[in-house]
Amino acid sequence: MKLSHEEVIHIVSLARLALSQSEIEKFTVQLSHILENFEILQQVDTTNTARAAQAVQLQNVFRDDTTAKSYPQNEILANAPDQEENCFKVRPILE
Amino acid sequence: MNAVSDLYQLTIHEAHELLRQRKISSVELTKSALTRMAVVESKVRACITITDESALEQAAEADTHIGTGHIQPLTGIPTLVKDLICTKGIRTTCGSKMLEAFVPPYDATVIEKLKAQKAVILGKTNMDEFAMGSSTEHSAFFPTHNPWDLSRVPGGSSGGSAAAVATDEAVYALGSDTGGSIRQPAGFCSIVGLKPSYGRVSRFGLVAFASSLDQIGPLTKDVTDCALVMNVLAGYTPRESTSVPCPVPDYTKSLVRNLKDLRIGIPQEYFVEGMQQEVRDALETAIGRLKQLGAQVDREASLPSTKYALAVYYILAPSEASANLARYDGVKYGFSAPNASNAIEATERTRQSGFGPEVKRRIMLGTYALSAGYYDAYYVKAQKVRTLIRQEFEDIFRKYDALVTPTSPTVAFNLGEKLEDPLQMYLADVCTLPINIAGVPAISVPAGFVDGLPVGMQIIAKPFDEETILRVAFAYEQATDWHERRPPL
Repeated sequence: MKLSHEEVIHIVSLARLALSQSEIEKFTVQLSHILENFEILQQVDTTNTARAAQAVQLQNVFRDDTTAKSYPQNEILANAPDQEENCFKVRPILE
Repeated sequence: MNAVSDLYQLTIHEAHELLRQRKISSVELTKSALTRMAVVESKVRACITITDESALEQAAEADTHIGTGHIQPLTGIPTLVKDLICTKGIRTTCGSKMLEAFVPPYDATVIEKLKAQKAVILGKTNMDEFAMGSSTEHSAFFPTHNPWDLSRVPGGSSGGSAAAVATDEAVYALGSDTGGSIRQPAGFCSIVGLKPSYGRVSRFGLVAFASSLDQIGPLTKDVTDCALVMNVLAGYTPRESTSVPCPVPDYTKSLVRNLKDLRIGIPQEYFVEGMQQEVRDALETAIGRLKQLGAQVDREASLPSTKYALAVYYILAPSEASANLARYDGVKYGFSAPNASNAIEATERTRQSGFGPEVKRRIMLGTYALSAGYYDAYYVKAQKVRTLIRQEFEDIFRKYDALVTPTSPTVAFNLGEKLEDPLQMYLADVCTLPINIAGVPAISVPAGFVDGLPVGMQIIAKPFDEETILRVAFAYEQATDWHERRPPL
Protein backbone atom coordinates (compact mmCIF):
# COMPACT_ATOMS: atom_id res chain seq x y z
CA MET A 1 0.00 0.00 0.00
CA LYS A 2 1.71 3.14 -1.21
CA LEU A 3 0.64 6.32 0.53
CA SER A 4 0.40 9.45 -1.56
CA HIS A 5 1.75 12.81 -0.48
CA GLU A 6 -1.86 14.08 -0.24
CA GLU A 7 -2.92 11.19 1.97
CA VAL A 8 -0.08 11.89 4.36
CA ILE A 9 -1.04 15.56 4.55
CA HIS A 10 -4.63 14.48 5.28
CA ILE A 11 -3.46 12.20 8.13
CA VAL A 12 -1.26 14.98 9.52
CA SER A 13 -4.29 17.21 9.74
CA LEU A 14 -6.51 14.50 11.30
CA ALA A 15 -3.80 13.84 13.90
CA ARG A 16 -3.43 17.56 14.67
CA LEU A 17 0.26 17.56 13.89
CA ALA A 18 2.02 20.26 11.94
CA LEU A 19 4.82 18.37 10.25
CA SER A 20 7.58 20.02 8.27
CA GLN A 21 7.97 19.32 4.55
CA SER A 22 10.95 17.06 5.17
CA GLU A 23 9.07 15.09 7.85
CA ILE A 24 6.16 14.59 5.46
CA GLU A 25 8.50 13.26 2.77
CA LYS A 26 10.24 10.93 5.19
CA PHE A 27 7.00 9.63 6.69
CA THR A 28 5.45 9.05 3.24
CA VAL A 29 8.23 6.57 2.45
CA GLN A 30 8.43 5.00 5.92
CA LEU A 31 4.68 4.60 6.46
CA SER A 32 4.23 3.14 2.96
CA HIS A 33 6.92 0.58 3.73
CA ILE A 34 5.27 -0.33 7.06
CA LEU A 35 1.82 -0.58 5.49
CA GLU A 36 3.15 -2.93 2.80
CA ASN A 37 4.06 -5.30 5.59
CA PHE A 38 0.51 -5.20 6.91
CA GLU A 39 -0.83 -6.70 3.66
CA ILE A 40 -0.04 -10.14 5.06
CA LEU A 41 -3.29 -9.85 7.07
CA GLN A 42 -5.33 -10.03 3.87
CA GLN A 43 -4.29 -13.71 3.62
CA VAL A 44 -6.25 -14.53 6.77
CA ASP A 45 -9.85 -15.71 6.48
CA THR A 46 -11.77 -13.86 9.18
CA THR A 47 -15.27 -14.30 7.72
CA ASN A 48 -16.70 -15.88 10.87
CA THR A 49 -14.30 -14.35 13.38
CA ALA A 50 -15.44 -11.88 16.01
CA ARG A 51 -13.35 -8.82 16.87
CA ALA A 52 -11.27 -8.77 20.03
CA ALA A 53 -11.06 -5.32 21.58
CA GLN A 54 -9.06 -6.63 24.52
CA ALA A 55 -7.55 -9.79 25.92
CA VAL A 56 -9.66 -10.49 29.00
CA GLN A 57 -13.26 -11.54 28.67
CA LEU A 58 -14.76 -9.17 31.22
CA GLN A 59 -18.05 -7.57 30.20
CA ASN A 60 -20.28 -4.92 31.72
CA VAL A 61 -17.98 -3.97 34.54
CA PHE A 62 -19.76 -1.83 37.11
CA ARG A 63 -18.94 -0.54 40.54
CA ASP A 64 -20.93 1.31 43.14
CA ASP A 65 -21.35 4.99 42.43
CA THR A 66 -19.86 6.23 45.67
CA THR A 67 -18.70 9.76 46.28
CA ALA A 68 -15.09 10.37 47.20
CA LYS A 69 -12.91 13.36 47.80
CA SER A 70 -11.54 14.95 44.63
CA TYR A 71 -8.19 16.66 44.15
CA PRO A 72 -7.75 20.24 45.34
CA GLN A 73 -8.15 22.75 42.50
CA ASN A 74 -4.70 24.24 43.00
CA GLU A 75 -3.02 20.82 42.64
CA ILE A 76 -4.80 20.11 39.39
CA LEU A 77 -4.03 23.58 38.03
CA ALA A 78 -0.39 23.35 39.12
CA ASN A 79 0.57 21.68 35.82
CA ALA A 80 -1.51 24.01 33.62
CA PRO A 81 0.52 25.93 31.04
CA ASP A 82 -1.88 28.87 31.39
CA GLN A 83 -4.70 29.68 33.80
CA GLU A 84 -7.02 32.49 34.77
CA GLU A 85 -9.43 32.77 37.71
CA ASN A 86 -8.87 29.13 38.70
CA CYS A 87 -9.66 27.89 35.20
CA PHE A 88 -7.58 26.38 32.41
CA LYS A 89 -7.02 29.10 29.85
CA VAL A 90 -7.39 28.12 26.19
CA ARG A 91 -6.79 30.01 22.97
CA PRO A 92 -9.79 31.38 21.05
CA ILE A 93 -11.84 28.71 19.30
CA LEU A 94 -14.03 31.19 17.43
CA GLU A 95 -12.86 34.00 15.23
CA MET B 1 29.13 -8.50 51.58
CA ASN B 2 28.65 -6.73 54.87
CA ALA B 3 30.87 -3.82 53.94
CA VAL B 4 28.51 -0.88 53.42
CA SER B 5 30.00 -0.17 50.00
CA ASP B 6 28.95 -3.56 48.61
CA LEU B 7 25.35 -3.53 49.77
CA TYR B 8 24.12 -2.36 46.37
CA GLN B 9 24.86 -5.85 45.02
CA LEU B 10 22.21 -7.47 47.20
CA THR B 11 18.99 -8.97 45.92
CA ILE B 12 15.67 -8.14 47.60
CA HIS B 13 15.59 -11.40 49.55
CA GLU B 14 19.19 -11.01 50.71
CA ALA B 15 18.72 -7.37 51.73
CA HIS B 16 15.43 -8.18 53.47
CA GLU B 17 17.10 -10.87 55.57
CA LEU B 18 19.88 -8.48 56.64
CA LEU B 19 17.38 -5.68 57.40
CA ARG B 20 15.22 -8.08 59.37
CA GLN B 21 18.18 -9.20 61.47
CA ARG B 22 19.14 -5.49 61.86
CA LYS B 23 22.58 -6.26 60.42
CA ILE B 24 22.16 -3.37 58.00
CA SER B 25 19.89 -0.35 57.86
CA SER B 26 17.83 0.92 54.96
CA VAL B 27 19.79 4.19 55.10
CA GLU B 28 23.05 2.24 54.62
CA LEU B 29 21.54 0.25 51.77
CA THR B 30 20.13 3.37 50.12
CA LYS B 31 23.42 5.27 50.46
CA SER B 32 25.20 2.32 48.91
CA ALA B 33 22.83 2.35 45.90
CA LEU B 34 23.23 6.14 45.52
CA THR B 35 27.03 5.79 45.67
CA ARG B 36 26.87 3.08 43.02
CA MET B 37 24.75 5.39 40.87
CA ALA B 38 27.34 8.14 41.21
CA VAL B 39 29.96 5.73 39.83
CA VAL B 40 28.11 4.12 36.90
CA GLU B 41 25.36 6.55 35.91
CA SER B 42 27.64 8.74 33.75
CA LYS B 43 28.39 5.66 31.61
CA VAL B 44 24.99 3.95 31.55
CA ARG B 45 22.59 6.91 31.84
CA ALA B 46 19.67 4.86 33.12
CA CYS B 47 17.92 7.60 35.11
CA ILE B 48 16.00 10.71 34.13
CA THR B 49 15.41 11.87 37.72
CA ILE B 50 17.27 10.86 40.89
CA THR B 51 15.43 11.64 44.12
CA ASP B 52 18.31 11.14 46.54
CA GLU B 53 16.96 13.42 49.28
CA SER B 54 13.48 11.94 49.50
CA ALA B 55 14.98 8.45 49.12
CA LEU B 56 17.10 8.95 52.23
CA GLU B 57 14.05 10.30 54.10
CA GLN B 58 12.04 7.24 53.06
CA ALA B 59 14.94 5.01 54.13
CA ALA B 60 15.08 6.65 57.56
CA GLU B 61 11.33 6.16 57.90
CA ALA B 62 11.69 2.52 56.89
CA ASP B 63 14.38 2.07 59.54
CA THR B 64 12.07 3.53 62.19
CA HIS B 65 9.34 1.19 61.00
CA ILE B 66 11.68 -1.82 61.15
CA GLY B 67 12.78 -0.63 64.60
CA THR B 68 9.21 -1.09 65.84
CA GLY B 69 9.27 -4.68 64.60
CA HIS B 70 7.40 -4.09 61.34
CA ILE B 71 9.00 -5.38 58.20
CA GLN B 72 7.53 -6.55 54.92
CA PRO B 73 9.43 -8.00 51.94
CA LEU B 74 10.02 -4.62 50.24
CA THR B 75 10.43 -2.49 53.38
CA GLY B 76 13.50 -0.29 53.16
CA ILE B 77 14.61 -1.68 49.79
CA PRO B 78 15.63 0.89 47.14
CA THR B 79 13.89 0.76 43.78
CA LEU B 80 13.72 2.71 40.54
CA VAL B 81 10.51 3.36 38.63
CA LYS B 82 10.06 3.72 34.87
CA ASP B 83 9.23 7.33 34.12
CA LEU B 84 5.70 6.71 32.88
CA ILE B 85 4.36 5.49 36.23
CA CYS B 86 2.93 8.45 38.10
CA THR B 87 4.71 9.40 41.31
CA LYS B 88 3.13 12.11 43.41
CA GLY B 89 5.42 15.13 43.64
CA ILE B 90 8.12 13.53 41.44
CA ARG B 91 8.07 14.62 37.82
CA THR B 92 6.97 11.93 35.39
CA THR B 93 8.21 12.71 31.89
CA CYS B 94 7.43 9.58 29.84
CA GLY B 95 10.77 10.28 28.18
CA SER B 96 9.05 13.12 26.33
CA LYS B 97 9.53 16.83 25.95
CA MET B 98 5.72 16.96 26.16
CA LEU B 99 5.80 16.00 29.86
CA GLU B 100 9.27 17.26 30.77
CA ALA B 101 7.91 19.37 33.62
CA PHE B 102 4.83 17.31 34.54
CA VAL B 103 4.51 16.58 38.27
CA PRO B 104 1.64 14.17 38.96
CA PRO B 105 -0.76 15.12 41.77
CA TYR B 106 -1.26 11.43 42.63
CA ASP B 107 0.52 8.09 42.87
CA ALA B 108 -0.14 5.14 40.58
CA THR B 109 -1.72 2.18 42.40
CA VAL B 110 1.56 0.27 42.19
CA ILE B 111 3.40 3.19 43.83
CA GLU B 112 0.80 3.28 46.62
CA LYS B 113 1.47 -0.42 47.12
CA LEU B 114 5.24 0.10 47.29
CA LYS B 115 4.81 2.99 49.71
CA ALA B 116 2.50 0.89 51.90
CA GLN B 117 5.46 -1.49 52.27
CA LYS B 118 7.78 1.46 53.06
CA ALA B 119 9.86 0.91 49.93
CA VAL B 120 12.51 3.49 49.01
CA ILE B 121 12.13 5.22 45.63
CA LEU B 122 15.49 6.30 44.21
CA GLY B 123 14.14 7.98 41.10
CA LYS B 124 12.71 7.53 37.63
CA THR B 125 14.27 5.64 34.74
CA ASN B 126 14.85 6.48 31.11
CA MET B 127 12.63 5.06 28.39
CA ASP B 128 11.62 5.39 24.78
CA GLU B 129 9.22 8.31 24.52
CA PHE B 130 5.75 7.20 25.66
CA ALA B 131 7.15 3.62 25.69
CA MET B 132 7.32 3.55 21.89
CA GLY B 133 10.55 1.84 20.94
CA SER B 134 12.83 -1.12 21.51
CA SER B 135 16.15 0.56 22.29
CA THR B 136 15.56 3.55 24.65
CA GLU B 137 17.09 5.68 21.87
CA HIS B 138 13.70 7.34 21.36
CA SER B 139 13.99 9.07 24.74
CA ALA B 140 13.68 12.82 24.18
CA PHE B 141 16.57 13.36 26.61
CA PHE B 142 19.41 10.90 25.98
CA PRO B 143 19.92 7.22 25.11
CA THR B 144 20.71 4.64 27.80
CA HIS B 145 23.71 2.37 27.23
CA ASN B 146 23.86 -1.39 27.62
CA PRO B 147 26.08 -2.08 30.65
CA TRP B 148 27.52 -5.21 28.97
CA ASP B 149 28.78 -3.14 26.03
CA LEU B 150 28.33 0.62 26.25
CA SER B 151 28.21 0.96 22.45
CA ARG B 152 25.02 -1.12 22.35
CA VAL B 153 21.39 -0.48 23.27
CA PRO B 154 19.91 -1.82 26.53
CA GLY B 155 16.68 -2.68 24.73
CA GLY B 156 13.46 -0.83 25.31
CA SER B 157 11.26 0.73 26.12
CA SER B 158 12.10 -0.03 29.80
CA GLY B 159 15.82 0.19 28.96
CA GLY B 160 16.61 2.50 31.88
CA SER B 161 15.03 0.14 34.40
CA ALA B 162 16.82 -2.89 32.93
CA ALA B 163 20.25 -1.23 32.72
CA ALA B 164 19.89 0.14 36.27
CA VAL B 165 19.13 -3.28 37.76
CA ALA B 166 21.90 -4.95 35.74
CA THR B 167 24.44 -2.44 37.09
CA ASP B 168 23.12 -2.65 40.69
CA GLU B 169 21.99 1.00 40.73
CA ALA B 170 18.76 -0.26 42.28
CA VAL B 171 17.88 -3.56 43.92
CA TYR B 172 14.92 -3.86 41.53
CA ALA B 173 12.88 -1.66 39.22
CA LEU B 174 9.41 -1.31 37.77
CA GLY B 175 8.77 -1.23 34.05
CA SER B 176 5.87 -1.48 31.65
CA ASP B 177 5.39 -3.86 28.75
CA THR B 178 3.10 -3.20 25.78
CA GLY B 179 4.86 -5.39 23.20
CA GLY B 180 8.00 -6.59 24.98
CA SER B 181 9.18 -3.48 26.80
CA ILE B 182 10.04 -5.33 30.03
CA ARG B 183 11.17 -8.68 28.60
CA GLN B 184 13.34 -7.52 25.69
CA PRO B 185 15.51 -5.13 27.78
CA ALA B 186 15.65 -7.72 30.59
CA GLY B 187 16.99 -10.20 28.00
CA PHE B 188 19.48 -7.69 26.57
CA CYS B 189 20.78 -6.83 30.08
CA SER B 190 20.74 -10.36 31.63
CA ILE B 191 18.16 -9.79 34.35
CA VAL B 192 14.69 -11.16 35.09
CA GLY B 193 11.67 -9.29 33.68
CA LEU B 194 8.02 -10.36 33.93
CA LYS B 195 5.04 -9.11 31.98
CA PRO B 196 2.06 -10.21 34.05
CA SER B 197 -1.26 -11.36 32.56
CA TYR B 198 -3.35 -8.49 31.25
CA GLY B 199 -5.55 -7.38 34.16
CA ARG B 200 -3.27 -8.82 36.88
CA VAL B 201 -1.57 -5.54 37.91
CA SER B 202 -3.33 -2.18 38.16
CA ARG B 203 -2.71 0.26 35.31
CA PHE B 204 -4.09 3.20 37.30
CA GLY B 205 -1.45 5.93 37.11
CA LEU B 206 0.39 4.28 34.24
CA VAL B 207 0.47 6.86 31.45
CA ALA B 208 -1.44 5.12 28.66
CA PHE B 209 0.21 3.99 25.44
CA ALA B 210 -2.03 1.15 24.18
CA SER B 211 -4.57 0.44 26.86
CA SER B 212 -5.54 -3.08 25.74
CA LEU B 213 -1.91 -4.21 25.78
CA ASP B 214 -0.12 -2.26 28.57
CA GLN B 215 0.94 -3.98 31.80
CA ILE B 216 3.27 -2.95 34.63
CA GLY B 217 5.76 -5.54 35.86
CA PRO B 218 8.99 -6.08 37.81
CA LEU B 219 12.63 -6.13 36.63
CA THR B 220 14.74 -7.99 39.17
CA LYS B 221 18.12 -9.63 39.71
CA ASP B 222 16.64 -13.09 40.18
CA VAL B 223 13.41 -15.08 40.05
CA THR B 224 12.86 -15.08 43.82
CA ASP B 225 12.83 -11.27 43.76
CA CYS B 226 10.38 -11.35 40.85
CA ALA B 227 7.98 -13.44 42.95
CA LEU B 228 8.39 -11.12 45.93
CA VAL B 229 7.60 -7.99 43.90
CA MET B 230 4.65 -9.70 42.19
CA ASN B 231 3.22 -10.53 45.62
CA VAL B 232 2.98 -6.77 46.17
CA LEU B 233 2.00 -5.54 42.68
CA ALA B 234 -0.68 -8.09 41.78
CA GLY B 235 -4.31 -7.61 42.66
CA TYR B 236 -7.69 -6.26 41.70
CA THR B 237 -8.49 -2.55 41.77
CA PRO B 238 -11.98 -1.05 41.37
CA ARG B 239 -10.35 1.97 39.71
CA GLU B 240 -10.30 0.35 36.27
CA SER B 241 -12.68 -1.85 34.35
CA THR B 242 -10.00 -4.18 32.97
CA SER B 243 -8.66 -5.19 36.39
CA VAL B 244 -9.56 -8.84 36.92
CA PRO B 245 -11.00 -9.81 40.31
CA CYS B 246 -9.18 -13.08 40.80
CA PRO B 247 -7.29 -14.11 43.94
CA VAL B 248 -3.55 -13.44 44.21
CA PRO B 249 -1.50 -16.50 45.19
CA ASP B 250 1.73 -16.36 47.20
CA TYR B 251 4.10 -16.45 44.26
CA THR B 252 7.05 -17.58 46.39
CA LYS B 253 5.27 -20.96 46.74
CA SER B 254 6.07 -21.55 43.06
CA LEU B 255 9.81 -21.45 43.66
CA VAL B 256 10.52 -25.17 43.51
CA ARG B 257 13.53 -26.81 41.99
CA ASN B 258 12.14 -29.50 39.71
CA LEU B 259 10.01 -29.58 36.62
CA LYS B 260 8.88 -33.19 36.92
CA ASP B 261 5.96 -33.96 34.59
CA LEU B 262 5.65 -30.37 33.44
CA ARG B 263 4.72 -30.23 29.75
CA ILE B 264 6.74 -27.60 27.90
CA GLY B 265 6.09 -26.77 24.25
CA ILE B 266 8.63 -25.12 21.95
CA PRO B 267 6.61 -23.24 19.31
CA GLN B 268 8.67 -23.58 16.15
CA GLU B 269 7.40 -20.29 14.68
CA TYR B 270 9.41 -18.35 17.28
CA PHE B 271 12.69 -19.61 15.88
CA VAL B 272 12.29 -17.08 13.13
CA GLU B 273 14.13 -16.52 9.91
CA GLY B 274 16.97 -14.10 10.51
CA MET B 275 17.44 -15.32 14.06
CA GLN B 276 21.06 -15.20 15.18
CA GLN B 277 22.53 -18.74 15.11
CA GLU B 278 24.30 -18.29 18.46
CA VAL B 279 21.02 -17.26 20.11
CA ARG B 280 19.41 -20.39 18.68
CA ASP B 281 22.29 -22.48 20.07
CA ALA B 282 21.99 -20.87 23.52
CA LEU B 283 18.26 -21.65 23.55
CA GLU B 284 18.94 -25.28 22.54
CA THR B 285 21.28 -25.65 25.51
CA ALA B 286 18.71 -24.06 27.83
CA ILE B 287 15.96 -26.36 26.54
CA GLY B 288 18.26 -29.35 27.18
CA ARG B 289 18.61 -28.15 30.75
CA LEU B 290 14.84 -27.98 31.18
CA LYS B 291 14.66 -31.64 30.08
CA GLN B 292 17.31 -32.58 32.63
CA LEU B 293 15.14 -30.93 35.27
CA GLY B 294 12.34 -33.35 34.45
CA ALA B 295 10.22 -31.40 31.97
CA GLN B 296 8.58 -33.18 29.04
CA VAL B 297 9.69 -31.04 26.13
CA ASP B 298 7.83 -31.10 22.81
CA ARG B 299 9.56 -29.39 19.90
CA GLU B 300 6.59 -29.80 17.59
CA ALA B 301 4.42 -27.19 19.30
CA SER B 302 2.92 -24.72 16.86
CA LEU B 303 1.28 -21.30 16.87
CA PRO B 304 0.69 -20.84 13.14
CA SER B 305 -0.72 -17.29 13.37
CA THR B 306 2.52 -15.98 14.89
CA LYS B 307 3.49 -14.56 11.49
CA TYR B 308 0.55 -12.14 11.66
CA ALA B 309 1.39 -10.78 15.12
CA LEU B 310 3.71 -8.00 13.99
CA ALA B 311 1.09 -6.54 11.64
CA VAL B 312 -1.71 -6.93 14.20
CA TYR B 313 0.38 -5.24 16.87
CA TYR B 314 1.54 -2.35 14.71
CA ILE B 315 -2.03 -1.61 13.71
CA LEU B 316 -3.68 -1.97 17.13
CA ALA B 317 -1.01 -0.37 19.34
CA PRO B 318 -0.62 2.80 17.21
CA SER B 319 -4.42 3.05 16.82
CA GLU B 320 -4.89 3.00 20.58
CA ALA B 321 -1.92 5.35 20.97
CA SER B 322 -3.33 7.86 18.50
CA ALA B 323 -6.48 8.05 20.63
CA ASN B 324 -4.67 8.05 23.99
CA LEU B 325 -2.21 10.73 22.93
CA ALA B 326 -4.95 13.03 21.63
CA ARG B 327 -5.06 14.38 25.20
CA TYR B 328 -1.75 16.21 24.73
CA ASP B 329 -3.09 19.52 23.51
CA GLY B 330 -1.12 21.90 25.72
CA VAL B 331 -4.11 22.99 27.81
CA LYS B 332 -4.37 21.07 31.09
CA TYR B 333 -0.75 20.00 31.56
CA GLY B 334 2.46 19.47 29.65
CA PHE B 335 4.26 21.45 27.02
CA SER B 336 2.34 24.24 25.31
CA ALA B 337 3.62 26.05 22.24
CA PRO B 338 3.57 29.83 22.68
CA ASN B 339 2.28 32.48 20.30
CA ALA B 340 -0.47 30.62 18.51
CA SER B 341 -3.41 32.70 17.37
CA ASN B 342 -6.14 30.08 17.79
CA ALA B 343 -6.84 26.75 19.49
CA ILE B 344 -6.17 24.49 16.50
CA GLU B 345 -2.91 26.18 15.65
CA ALA B 346 -1.89 25.96 19.31
CA THR B 347 -2.67 22.23 19.43
CA GLU B 348 -0.79 21.49 16.22
CA ARG B 349 2.29 23.48 17.20
CA THR B 350 2.30 21.97 20.69
CA ARG B 351 2.22 18.45 19.28
CA GLN B 352 4.73 19.25 16.53
CA SER B 353 7.31 20.48 19.07
CA GLY B 354 6.36 18.26 22.00
CA PHE B 355 6.47 14.83 20.33
CA GLY B 356 9.54 13.11 18.89
CA PRO B 357 9.71 11.30 15.52
CA GLU B 358 8.70 7.78 16.64
CA VAL B 359 5.65 9.06 18.53
CA LYS B 360 4.59 11.10 15.50
CA ARG B 361 5.13 8.08 13.26
CA ARG B 362 2.88 5.91 15.43
CA ILE B 363 0.21 8.60 15.83
CA MET B 364 0.15 8.89 12.03
CA LEU B 365 -0.02 5.12 11.57
CA GLY B 366 -2.84 4.79 14.08
CA THR B 367 -4.75 7.78 12.74
CA TYR B 368 -4.55 6.26 9.27
CA ALA B 369 -5.73 2.81 10.44
CA LEU B 370 -8.72 4.41 12.16
CA SER B 371 -9.60 6.86 9.41
CA ALA B 372 -12.67 6.69 7.18
CA GLY B 373 -12.17 4.22 4.36
CA TYR B 374 -9.36 2.29 6.06
CA TYR B 375 -10.93 1.41 9.42
CA ASP B 376 -12.33 -1.96 8.25
CA ALA B 377 -9.30 -2.98 6.23
CA TYR B 378 -6.81 -2.26 9.01
CA TYR B 379 -8.27 -1.79 12.48
CA VAL B 380 -11.21 -4.21 12.30
CA LYS B 381 -9.15 -6.79 10.41
CA ALA B 382 -6.39 -6.61 13.03
CA GLN B 383 -8.92 -7.03 15.85
CA LYS B 384 -10.27 -10.15 14.15
CA VAL B 385 -6.84 -11.66 13.67
CA ARG B 386 -6.21 -10.84 17.32
CA THR B 387 -9.08 -13.19 18.15
CA LEU B 388 -7.40 -15.97 16.15
CA ILE B 389 -4.05 -15.41 17.87
CA ARG B 390 -5.75 -15.48 21.26
CA GLN B 391 -7.62 -18.68 20.41
CA GLU B 392 -4.40 -20.38 19.35
CA PHE B 393 -2.88 -19.61 22.75
CA GLU B 394 -6.02 -20.90 24.44
CA ASP B 395 -5.80 -24.14 22.47
CA ILE B 396 -2.08 -24.68 22.92
CA PHE B 397 -2.34 -24.41 26.71
CA ARG B 398 -4.63 -27.44 26.73
CA LYS B 399 -1.57 -29.41 25.61
CA TYR B 400 1.24 -27.66 27.46
CA ASP B 401 1.77 -26.05 30.86
CA ALA B 402 4.32 -23.59 29.50
CA LEU B 403 5.95 -22.49 26.26
CA VAL B 404 9.61 -21.61 25.86
CA THR B 405 11.03 -19.30 23.16
CA PRO B 406 13.89 -16.86 22.74
CA THR B 407 13.06 -13.41 24.14
CA SER B 408 14.64 -11.73 21.10
CA PRO B 409 15.97 -13.07 17.81
CA THR B 410 19.36 -11.39 18.39
CA VAL B 411 21.55 -10.06 21.18
CA ALA B 412 21.62 -6.30 21.87
CA PHE B 413 22.26 -4.29 18.71
CA ASN B 414 24.47 -1.23 18.29
CA LEU B 415 23.28 2.25 19.24
CA GLY B 416 22.07 3.93 16.06
CA GLU B 417 21.87 0.67 14.10
CA LYS B 418 18.08 0.59 13.65
CA LEU B 419 17.19 4.20 14.39
CA GLU B 420 16.51 5.18 10.78
CA ASP B 421 14.70 1.98 9.85
CA PRO B 422 11.49 1.76 11.91
CA LEU B 423 10.46 -1.64 10.53
CA GLN B 424 13.79 -3.23 11.55
CA MET B 425 13.31 -1.76 15.03
CA TYR B 426 9.78 -3.21 15.17
CA LEU B 427 11.14 -6.67 14.27
CA ALA B 428 13.27 -6.62 17.45
CA ASP B 429 10.05 -7.43 19.34
CA VAL B 430 8.84 -10.20 17.05
CA CYS B 431 9.01 -12.87 19.81
CA THR B 432 7.41 -10.74 22.53
CA LEU B 433 4.52 -8.95 20.73
CA PRO B 434 2.19 -11.97 20.39
CA ILE B 435 2.14 -12.36 24.18
CA ASN B 436 0.57 -8.91 24.69
CA ILE B 437 -1.90 -9.52 21.87
CA ALA B 438 -3.06 -12.69 23.64
CA GLY B 439 -2.92 -11.09 27.11
CA VAL B 440 -0.96 -14.02 28.55
CA PRO B 441 1.93 -13.65 31.03
CA ALA B 442 5.60 -14.18 30.09
CA ILE B 443 9.01 -13.75 31.67
CA SER B 444 12.52 -13.31 30.32
CA VAL B 445 15.31 -14.98 32.28
CA PRO B 446 19.08 -14.94 31.64
CA ALA B 447 19.97 -17.93 29.44
CA GLY B 448 23.55 -17.46 28.33
CA PHE B 449 25.93 -15.14 26.53
CA VAL B 450 27.15 -14.67 22.98
CA ASP B 451 30.54 -12.95 22.86
CA GLY B 452 29.86 -11.32 26.22
CA LEU B 453 26.32 -10.22 25.32
CA PRO B 454 23.30 -11.67 27.15
CA VAL B 455 20.67 -14.00 25.69
CA GLY B 456 17.17 -14.13 27.20
CA MET B 457 14.80 -17.09 27.38
CA GLN B 458 11.09 -16.32 27.33
CA ILE B 459 8.71 -18.55 29.30
CA ILE B 460 4.98 -18.17 28.60
CA ALA B 461 1.94 -19.61 30.39
CA LYS B 462 -1.84 -19.32 30.23
CA PRO B 463 -3.60 -16.22 31.63
CA PHE B 464 -3.19 -15.81 35.41
CA ASP B 465 -0.73 -18.68 35.63
CA GLU B 466 2.34 -16.67 36.59
CA GLU B 467 2.98 -19.48 39.06
CA THR B 468 3.99 -21.98 36.36
CA ILE B 469 6.21 -19.37 34.74
CA LEU B 470 7.97 -18.72 38.04
CA ARG B 471 8.35 -22.45 38.67
CA VAL B 472 10.08 -23.03 35.32
CA ALA B 473 12.14 -19.85 35.67
CA PHE B 474 13.27 -20.68 39.21
CA ALA B 475 14.19 -24.30 38.48
CA TYR B 476 16.19 -23.18 35.43
CA GLU B 477 17.88 -20.35 37.33
CA GLN B 478 18.92 -22.65 40.18
CA ALA B 479 20.45 -25.05 37.67
CA THR B 480 22.50 -22.32 35.94
CA ASP B 481 24.65 -19.39 37.02
CA TRP B 482 23.90 -16.83 34.30
CA HIS B 483 22.02 -14.61 36.77
CA GLU B 484 25.09 -14.30 38.99
CA ARG B 485 27.20 -12.64 36.32
CA ARG B 486 27.48 -8.87 36.44
CA PRO B 487 28.59 -6.49 33.70
CA PRO B 488 32.21 -5.29 33.93
CA LEU B 489 31.56 -1.75 35.16
